[in-house]
Amino acid sequence: MQSQATYNYKVVRQFAIMTVVWGIVGMLVGVIAAAQLVWPELNVAEWLHFGRLRPLHTNAVIFAFGGCALFATSYYVVQRTNHTTLFAPWLASFTFWGWQLIIVLAAITLPLGFTSGKEYAELEWPIDILIAIVWVSYAIVFFGTVAKRNTSHIYVANWFYGAFILTVALLHIVNSAEVPVTLTKSYSAYAGVQDAMVQWWYGHNAVGFFLTAGFLGMMYYFVPKQAERPVYSYRLSVVHFWALIFTYMWAGPHHLHYTALPDWTQSVGMMFSLILMAPSWGGMINGIMTLSGAWHKLRTDPILKFLITSLSFYGMSTFEGPMMSVKTVNALSHYTDWTIGHVHSGALGWVAMVSIGSIYYLIPRMYGKTEMYSTKLITTHFWIATIGVVLYIASMWISGVMQGLMWRATNPDGTLTYSFVESVKASYPFWTIRFIGGVLFLSGMLLMFYNVLKTIAGEKAYNAPVLAPQAAHA
Amino acid sequence: MADFTSGFWNAYVMVLVALSLIYCIFVLISNNKVDRSHELNQLHGHVWDENLCEYNNPLPRWWMYLFWLTVIFAIVYMVLYPGFGNNKGIYGWSASSGENSQYQQEMRKANEKYAPIFDKYAKMDLKAVAADPEARAMGQRLFLTYCAQCHGGDARGAKGFPNLTDNDWLYGGAPEAIKTTILGGRQGMMPPFGPALGGDGTKDVANYVRSLSGLAHDSLRAQRGKELFAQNCAACHGPEGTGNQGIGAPNLTDKTWLYGSAEATIIETVTKGRSNRMPSFESFLGDAKVHLLAAYVYGLSAKTAEK
Repeated sequence: MQSQATYNYKVVRQFAIMTVVWGIVGMLVGVIAAAQLVWPELNVAEWLHFGRLRPLHTNAVIFAFGGCALFATSYYVVQRTNHTTLFAPWLASFTFWGWQLIIVLAAITLPLGFTSGKEYAELEWPIDILIAIVWVSYAIVFFGTVAKRNTSHIYVANWFYGAFILTVALLHIVNSAEVPVTLTKSYSAYAGVQDAMVQWWYGHNAVGFFLTAGFLGMMYYFVPKQAERPVYSYRLSVVHFWALIFTYMWAGPHHLHYTALPDWTQSVGMMFSLILMAPSWGGMINGIMTLSGAWHKLRTDPILKFLITSLSFYGMSTFEGPMMSVKTVNALSHYTDWTIGHVHSGALGWVAMVSIGSIYYLIPRMYGKTEMYSTKLITTHFWIATIGVVLYIASMWISGVMQGLMWRATNPDGTLTYSFVESVKASYPFWTIRFIGGVLFLSGMLLMFYNVLKTIAGEKAYNAPVLAPQAAHA
Repeated sequence: MADFTSGFWNAYVMVLVALSLIYCIFVLISNNKVDRSHELNQLHGHVWDENLCEYNNPLPRWWMYLFWLTVIFAIVYMVLYPGFGNNKGIYGWSASSGENSQYQQEMRKANEKYAPIFDKYAKMDLKAVAADPEARAMGQRLFLTYCAQCHGGDARGAKGFPNLTDNDWLYGGAPEAIKTTILGGRQGMMPPFGPALGGDGTKDVANYVRSLSGLAHDSLRAQRGKELFAQNCAACHGPEGTGNQGIGAPNLTDKTWLYGSAEATIIETVTKGRSNRMPSFESFLGDAKVHLLAAYVYGLSAKTAEK
């Protein structure tokens, strides 16, 4: 029983392909920044300097690569699980072109040195306004589609996508409140420690909602779909959803331990960061247990390998995070490479891998097929990426703990055993290993690009017919 | 200082924190159902997108216990440590505010342990300290932590940061003068002469300045610059250009150049002036450590002078 209407795959297709393109760009900038740490002479010009490339890297991988992956998959999932077409397709098209414009503007202004100086929110006020407009349009399309659904129940993936879209709007608008001075310069509306707190309320919730809730939405669709198994527990999805989106809001202060932030704020931040561990693991359990009874599929299906490995990294970094929020641990880990390693076990291991798996699922379906051009290449991509992540995280763990220990080591007279520059010197071998890990991960993306090109070459764009919802069975 | 501007915000925070913990407990208790009448892997009943469906398995018990454990930890932590509004907690702990804060306690402990080691040298004459190998080693460790960022690990400076090994001093190289510099810091300021001298004038002065230390120069310009120098520069740098350590005006007749001796650099210096600052270390390091540092720095150039 099929209706005549077709799903809007055009915007999904556009975002899916740009996910791969921006993934390569963002990770290439990351590799260059990593190389600059090993070979400082690579800082050849001010607009190619590490200090300007680093924010370009973080913005490109989070908002260009991750953002496009979230747009692509959410537009796909919201249509298919609500058995309806996109609400306001012209507005969806606007979100695509608007988002690409924002990315291009970021790629121009950040190297030129225009920055508001807030981590992950560096873009200046005219771009901030553009982001807000595109994001509200995104919310209208997404929730409009959910509103005209043809099912009685809303599938769990949509809750997560919905929470992500709503919260990111709130975070972006509050944290980007600023006073413009000129077209390219503004100052934050907040001052001193309040500014720092608002920034890290934003920063940590960007991790919690952009990089976690959104990608959990992705996980809740593509894992059961690819495994062809029911989700492990509906009840668990309800509990961990509400616990997760509620608790994340509190966790920001752990970025400001032992600073001018009041003691009580630091304590509350640490408490709720620890409480966050179980709700985070709920998503991992639900994803991995979905595979129970179908474990053998992991042997042959590299897309599942990507998805399940991403959940393992997710579980690992959501254990590491609460531990690092404990003040005693933080006193060692803060300001060291350990933090960089932690971020990348989440960003490469979880976010990138779940996106890569989902995009491999999506791309052929955008052209009326079910398989990528080469499954072997996906397997190769998987192994290269996994080795890359492991090299990256392990090297950062070692250099991070080493830096923390070197900085606190004292001589019998109480003077510091090591000057700062000695800890820099000792970090070089690990920065080299990190660079190699990054190169491997980027190489995997290039393989993916080739595989995608081969898959879509000569194929006609396809829009699947809207399916009528199945009657619920008891 | 109180963390809240009024009692309202204190209450607001307490209510929010309490509600949040109660919320977590509620989520846990309300889902603490193990429906034993059903087998595992019962489908929940809805199907989306052809084949998407859900089991309604109960929450894994170990997962619930983990959740409970973290909630209980949080409550206990809040009883012991600050976190519940203005409440200081049983331990009365604070990172840095108050006499018994962690910072003050660690500082006291460190002072008790280390102060005698430094005080031993504080009363000794600086030259004697500089001759003591043990003291020099301690001074070097301090230097590498607090001074190397600007003056370099080898103390040979960089553009704008004086070389401390060359026995050429802006403010004097006597041990006591060095100590005064470190204790109080220095504020170096040369005013801009671009507007007063004009383009040609600055070039003339630059050539005269280069002639003072025997560098290649346009002798015609140097001749013209001599008079301009006497009118504009001699007040600080002296009629012979030998400088004045009382105000940190550099000697222009030697081979040492803080910003460089190229004609263009000197023109830039004269035109725009220079502003430079060495920070004060008195309140940060205290007299005893500065004493060791001064001796170490003095020793660096005293050694060079002997060669």
